[in-house]
Amino acid sequence: MQKHILEIIYLIASVTFIGGLKFLGHPSTARRGNLLAAFGMTLAIFGTLFLYQTDQGTSLKNLPFIFLALGIGTLLGFVAAKKVQMTAMPEMVSLFNGMGGACAMLISLIEFQHIHEKSPLIILAGLIIGSISFSGSIVAWGKLSGKIKDFNLKFQQYISILLLLVIVYFAYDVSCLDASTLTTSFYTLLALSLLYGVLFVFPIGGADMPVVISLLNSFTGVAAACGGFLYDNKVMLVGGILVGSAGTLLTIVMCNAMNRSLLNVLIGNFGGSAAASGSTGGSGIQGNIKELTASDAAILMKYAKKVVIVPGYGLAVAQAQHVVHELEMLLESEGIEVKYAIHPVAGRMPGHMNVLLAESNVSYDKLVEMEEINPEFTTTDVVLVVGANDVVNPAAKTDPSSPIYGMPILDVESAQHVIVNKRSMKAGYAGIENELFYHAKTSMLFGDAKKALTQLVSEIKALG
Amino acid sequence: MELISQHMELIYLIILMVFVGIEIIGHVPSVLHTPLMSGANAIHGVVIIGSIIVMGESDSFLYQTIGFVAVILGTLNVVGGFVVTDRMLEMFKKKKS
Repeated sequence: MQKHILEIIYLIASVTFIGGLKFLGHPSTARRGNLLAAFGMTLAIFGTLFLYQTDQGTSLKNLPFIFLALGIGTLLGFVAAKKVQMTAMPEMVSLFNGMGGACAMLISLIEFQHIHEKSPLIILAGLIIGSISFSGSIVAWGKLSGKIKDFNLKFQQYISILLLLVIVYFAYDVSCLDASTLTTSFYTLLALSLLYGVLFVFPIGGADMPVVISLLNSFTGVAAACGGFLYDNKVMLVGGILVGSAGTLLTIVMCNAMNRSLLNVLIGNFGGSAAASGSTGGSGIQGNIKELTASDAAILMKYAKKVVIVPGYGLAVAQAQHVVHELEMLLESEGIEVKYAIHPVAGRMPGHMNVLLAESNVSYDKLVEMEEINPEFTTTDVVLVVGANDVVNPAAKTDPSSPIYGMPILDVESAQHVIVNKRSMKAGYAGIENELFYHAKTSMLFGDAKKALTQLVSEIKALG
Repeated sequence: MELISQHMELIYLIILMVFVGIEIIGHVPSVLHTPLMSGANAIHGVVIIGSIIVMGESDSFLYQTIGFVAVILGTLNVVGGFVVTDRMLEMFKKKKS
């Protein structure tokens, strides 16, 4: 009886996962979707705690300790998730993903004692995928939070491939269950998988990190599904595979938004090769940079009819989302039409800018996606680029040798004036020069986004 | 071979879920990619059920300790994942203007 109730609970939980994920795909239902899935998860966890029966028909042991662990995890997870800054969201997701991967890894570690009775292949798959996801996510987290610098190992790709082959060899060795080498091989496999995860993420440039996190996310999903296979547990299988397949597709969609293939992201060494071509091709850009003061910019904007703001990662770093909203409201009160142009990969994650601007109460319908805003630039008087670079680089359209060639960009140069706010002339994440900055229509407003915009706002107010 | 035929039911489930996953993500606006990834991240925290089972079946101190850590990590994934997603989505809700 107990067993059947648990089966039904798992069924309900599975349905909430599917429904929750479906709801998450639409702005108006997204929040409900998340809560629905969370509800299903709680149900599944408590169902397991009280109703699960082992093969011998006994209930679970160690319950007080399990509750203690649940309590510690809940407390830590809740505090960490509540305290994190909105700008640090991507690395937080990566960190939590790593925890899931580690969890799958530890399960396989314990199940190693039963490797003769259960399917060794599944235990191994959980171990390998879980470890790669764990160490990879930690590296991704370190990179995004600036703790780990970009680093290019020579022949890194060959080392990775070699390592992968060695992993396959040891996996084969373990699955043969040869008693003499079993334990050593198993732990070697664990170490190699962890190392592979590190090498896998290390050379990938920071701008591509969202794609990698999404990919690792689907890895963890598959690792969770391995657990489902091991325990004949359908809710784990459904949740894991669902995330595995949805995550993989999401990864591909993200790559498409940048007009690059997944393979290109993984082996392309974006940062590295871009820097190389930047030094040869980039130096060809000639011209002068026009710098303007905040008061010049204020005058330009005050007498404009239509202003489009292009936010980028610089806005997130400077925490300037509130000031930019203040600027928007100020201009609106003067009867100026203000819109935000959101490039699909602006910031460090798709939707990063939306989340950030929504935090400062910017109305949802002011955020216009790239395809819709591009034709509007011809009727725009002033474009204000705040901390964005590669997404407005015309080289993506004109220079076939550019590493970002083919990426759809925002056509800001068709507007009357372009004001670019940047901290310095340093290149963007792709490490390439931007000829937009040398364009006759472009003026540069140097400075930290928050400071520069605050000054801009007070200058506009002063014009009264 | 044996592995496959023994678990036929599960394999059908896997194949179906692959398609459901693809179908669900198909037409999602890019604004929601981040929350979606985060929500999916929380859902694969279902791995915690495995860690609960494994800990509940452990006898030795070593395995209990590893299981204990696994449950903590799994809970972090679940709770952290759902809370972060909710915080992201909170910002999308309609604001009084």
